[in-house]
Amino acid sequence: MEKKEKKKKNTKQNIRLLGRFLKGSRLLFAAAILSAIISALADMINPQIIRMAIDNVLGGAAPTQSPLALRLVEKAGGFRYLAEHLWIMALAIVIVAAVKAAAQYLFRVSDTKASETLVKTMRDTLFTHIERLPFSWHGKNRTGDIIQRCTSDIDTLKNFVSEQLTQVFRIVILLILSIIFMLRMDVTLSLIALIPMPLILIYSFIFSRQIEKGFEEADEAEGVLSAMVQENLTGVRVVRAFGRERREKDRFDAQNEAYTNLWFKLARVMARYWCSADVLASLQVMLVVIFGAVRCINEQMLAGEYVAFITYNGMLVWPVRMLGRMLAEMSKAGVSLDRIAYIMSAEEERPSEKSLTPPMDGDIVFDQVSFAYEDSPEMLHGISFRLPAGKTLGILGGTGSGKSTMMALLSKLYLLPEGGGRISIGGVDVKDIDTAYLRRNIGMVLQEPFLFSRTLKENIAIMRPEMSLEEVREVSRSACLDETVMDFAKGYDTFVGERGVTLSGGQKQRAAIARTLAQHAPIMIFDDSLSAVDTETDAKIRAALRSHFAGATVILISHRITTLSQADEVLVLEKGRVAERGTPDELKSAGGIYQQIYEIQTGQHAQEGGRYAG
Amino acid sequence: MPDNTKKDKTSLPFFGIPKILPYIRGYRKEILVMIGTGFLASVIDVIIPLYQRYALNHFVAGRTLDTLPWFILIYVLSILVTAVGNYINGYLAQKMESSVNRDLRRLAFTHLQTLSFSYYNQNSVGYIHSRVMSDTSRIGILFSWSLVEGSWQMAYFAGAVAVMLAVNARLALLVLTVIPLIVILFSIFQSRLISLNRQVREINSRITGNFNEGITGARTIKTLAVEERIGRDFTDETANMRRTAVKAARFRGLFASTIGFASSLALAIVLWKGGMLAAEDVGTFSLFMSYATGMMEPVRWIIDCISDFITTQVNIERLTKLLETKSDVTDSDEVIRLYGDAFEPKKENWEEIRGDIEFKDVTFRYPDGEETVLEHFNLKIPFGSNIAVVGETGAGKSTLVNLICRFYEPTSGKVLIDGRDARERSQLWLHSALGYVLQTPHLFSGTVRENLLYGNPAATEEEIARALKTVSADEVVAGLEKGLDTDVGEDGSLLSTGEKQLISFARAVLADPKILVLDEATSSVDTMTEQKIQAALEEIIKGRTCIMVAHRLSTVRNADCILVVKDGKIVEQGKHEELLALNGYYRQLYTRQYEDEATAGVLG
Repeated sequence: MEKKEKKKKNTKQNIRLLGRFLKGSRLLFAAAILSAIISALADMINPQIIRMAIDNVLGGAAPTQSPLALRLVEKAGGFRYLAEHLWIMALAIVIVAAVKAAAQYLFRVSDTKASETLVKTMRDTLFTHIERLPFSWHGKNRTGDIIQRCTSDIDTLKNFVSEQLTQVFRIVILLILSIIFMLRMDVTLSLIALIPMPLILIYSFIFSRQIEKGFEEADEAEGVLSAMVQENLTGVRVVRAFGRERREKDRFDAQNEAYTNLWFKLARVMARYWCSADVLASLQVMLVVIFGAVRCINEQMLAGEYVAFITYNGMLVWPVRMLGRMLAEMSKAGVSLDRIAYIMSAEEERPSEKSLTPPMDGDIVFDQVSFAYEDSPEMLHGISFRLPAGKTLGILGGTGSGKSTMMALLSKLYLLPEGGGRISIGGVDVKDIDTAYLRRNIGMVLQEPFLFSRTLKENIAIMRPEMSLEEVREVSRSACLDETVMDFAKGYDTFVGERGVTLSGGQKQRAAIARTLAQHAPIMIFDDSLSAVDTETDAKIRAALRSHFAGATVILISHRITTLSQADEVLVLEKGRVAERGTPDELKSAGGIYQQIYEIQTGQHAQEGGRYAG
Repeated sequence: MPDNTKKDKTSLPFFGIPKILPYIRGYRKEILVMIGTGFLASVIDVIIPLYQRYALNHFVAGRTLDTLPWFILIYVLSILVTAVGNYINGYLAQKMESSVNRDLRRLAFTHLQTLSFSYYNQNSVGYIHSRVMSDTSRIGILFSWSLVEGSWQMAYFAGAVAVMLAVNARLALLVLTVIPLIVILFSIFQSRLISLNRQVREINSRITGNFNEGITGARTIKTLAVEERIGRDFTDETANMRRTAVKAARFRGLFASTIGFASSLALAIVLWKGGMLAAEDVGTFSLFMSYATGMMEPVRWIIDCISDFITTQVNIERLTKLLETKSDVTDSDEVIRLYGDAFEPKKENWEEIRGDIEFKDVTFRYPDGEETVLEHFNLKIPFGSNIAVVGETGAGKSTLVNLICRFYEPTSGKVLIDGRDARERSQLWLHSALGYVLQTPHLFSGTVRENLLYGNPAATEEEIARALKTVSADEVVAGLEKGLDTDVGEDGSLLSTGEKQLISFARAVLADPKILVLDEATSSVDTMTEQKIQAALEEIIKGRTCIMVAHRLSTVRNADCILVVKDGKIVEQGKHEELLALNGYYRQLYTRQYEDEATAGVLG
């Protein structure tokens, strides 16, 4: 019961979502449908011209056409004149054909315009939505799955709207029009023609449903096969090292065979469906041909009418056969819409209530900051400290001590809940600072750097595209990257990522550092990012920082005492609490964690170090 | 990006179809039957309008139903013949498509089992995966449905023309005058349409790439606050997509409409020049009408078919590139004759392996690298000895292992196994004597037992129990819900990394290898587990030649020889104490690591 209710609600939401996506393409779709109607009407008129030619113009039978048609004939000079000047009739066909060609062209173009606009709206909406989703959402959802939803589900929806839906419209229009024209010519024969129709429709609908089950089975088997290949490829070293190529091949062959056999089974079912539907449709045509002939003989119908009738019937019978299939196919679109709605229903990052843009060169203050990730125990417990503007803070802490979480809170990747304390910059609560402004003014180098698939120059200058090459080189020099880049054949125009060069971990890290430096932010955070480069480079980068970015407020998260000793103050975090705090000099002899580590790293750890070094 | 488009354009002749032909040789009979039934179906389709002509000319004009039973009989018979033809045709085409896809998948997969690691290093798993799974799935359709469609369309066209000529040659010739017009249209539109279709496809794949980047790089995009910029680039690309797609639609629409128009033109000709015919021979007149419209269908089909071919051509190119990739490491024909290949080993000819390894004047450069990693390197690893390779992450520690396991072969010089060049025996011979534990343990989906048996399918329950005990994995297995029959999930995802590592250790031990390779085997397990493994190590390596690649130096102090690697080259070599006494790179590494570990220890 409840489930049903929920489903109903979902459907409503989905329809609203589809409506939102369709904004901007509705008129175009309407134009497409209108052109489809015109083109269908043109289809209806041609047989009438032929009929008139056969029965009235050439056959000399008394006209039974509508007054409108007769008036047109009068204008053209009457039936007799037309019989001597058949080219006028031919011209009429050509004119109708031209109208039809134009309508068809318009249909094609407006339909494509409409569906491409729809796809663009869907993609753009999804993309910007995803970019605006809070970081916690990205953590919870698998990348591959989201991409799947953004690509193949969108394609399914597009096909649904641009092909299936318009096709169904076209078919229905054609159906209605041909039925009308047929009824107007001969009611009895029309009924004979129509009787098998529901049968064909229902039959093909039921069959499509059956086939669908087979498709699902095959899809599943394909999934298994695909996973098998994936596993074999990722485990290639194990396969080789144990010499089990044969086992892998046998397993693959067996599943490959099983999957293919499912398709063989499906092939049989589908072939049966196609040919039986064909037989039904052909029998219907035969029925019309025979009964039409009978009615002609009984003088209830004229030869031209008969020819026209058969033409209309042809427009009727084949689409009906497709309609069932199409309706069954359309059910797939619902699933895709659900999957896209899942992304759209996630709540975006809320903009700050006040969106202030205060100067960012103020003191950074953490006041009793406590925080827990969703469904997890508390991570930070009442952290407080003040980092004066222009000073450098070092943070030392083990994995899970909460260092990175603190930085995420500072740049509002996660929002501090009510009662979780306060983080402020220059006295302004970060909650009230415009999010983009805040982040633009905090240069952060992450532990695992991510570069975009663009050139190196574009990557480094991503925040300020107007940067000159010289400026880019300048920051790269500070990040100890310039030399490496100049060794590349294309220098800063080297393309990074999948379609370009693969950089080593250290190179990526330095590029990310250069990118952050290019930001010229008043606040800079190095989240364990210097430890990925070797000690020498670390020292060089820090020296460059001191000389070029002297005014910046800097937070260094590191395990290296040499790095931390550059800080004006060091916080030692332990399990989400500040365990020690002071200048590096003070902490060196404070008898705590820092001192222990200091001694270990400077080789003063007498007994232990001695034994190991022994 | 430019590289990509270039790659896309290196086209094979005839859409690459000749490249696939050798693989479908076995289906000659099916192909012939498909073409045959395609012809049959089209013959009937050509004939059906003749029945209408008969109905008009005989029944209607003659006002008689005298031959009606015969008429019905023949009509129904034709319908049934078409039905049977269509059934065979549809069934065979689907079967053929699946079969060809299956064969190509099998070929690709089997070939991949023989390719050397340099291929795997140069291509991502995702890339290779889509070669096996998606490229192959697009090719079969060419040799099934396209063939059936093609034979039907061509036969229909020919049949229609033939019947028209037979019935009324003058009128038929007049109708045919529209054909040159269509040919001209075709040649104007064809290349433009095809290139637009290609563009649409390319933009589409770029958009997928953008989605990928926007999602995997979400955190970076946020911290840089460049959502707008990235979003703008994205909408530019989607706008480009819409523009190109609409342009393509204009061309396609124009083409389809003109073809449709041409068919009406043919109809008009029929009416104009054949109108007088209608008075006395309505049947023939209606016959021409049917053909005039039906004749254009094959023309439209050709253009669709060509653009399908071009799409598929890319798949064929990628797949054949994979199939034509030669392995860097292959066994000579002679070796295969004697020892068998990777799938059909001739174990009766295999010598017992002892486990002596020797590098003799080995120079090595990775096939895709520029730097010489080893130069005239010599090292003897006698059976039962235990050597270690140490160095920083990414320093190239795996090179020696790769050479010992013959995953790569020396650029010059030899690696001797039991005194003979490794290349004198088959890869499988060596690999069968190998035990290998990786840094990131890889388990296959299935049960714990199946995974353990991977290296030694014939092991008994007792042996399994003993192996588990040796590496202290017995407790882990006992703790699992169904013990040995517990499902480990895809890639072992239902177990923790530590558990996976212990199982993979046990798997290596169970294989009872003469040569055991531990490739940073303990770097991903927790300290407790590591200590357990350390304790068991002595027992594990007894009676084997052991090569240990280690990141943590504390694990290698007892090795018979330690090789120190820096920037891909061996810089120091000796026993632990000797190396410390050298006061060089090893000592530096050692102190730094000690510091790091101690720091981590203090921080908890």
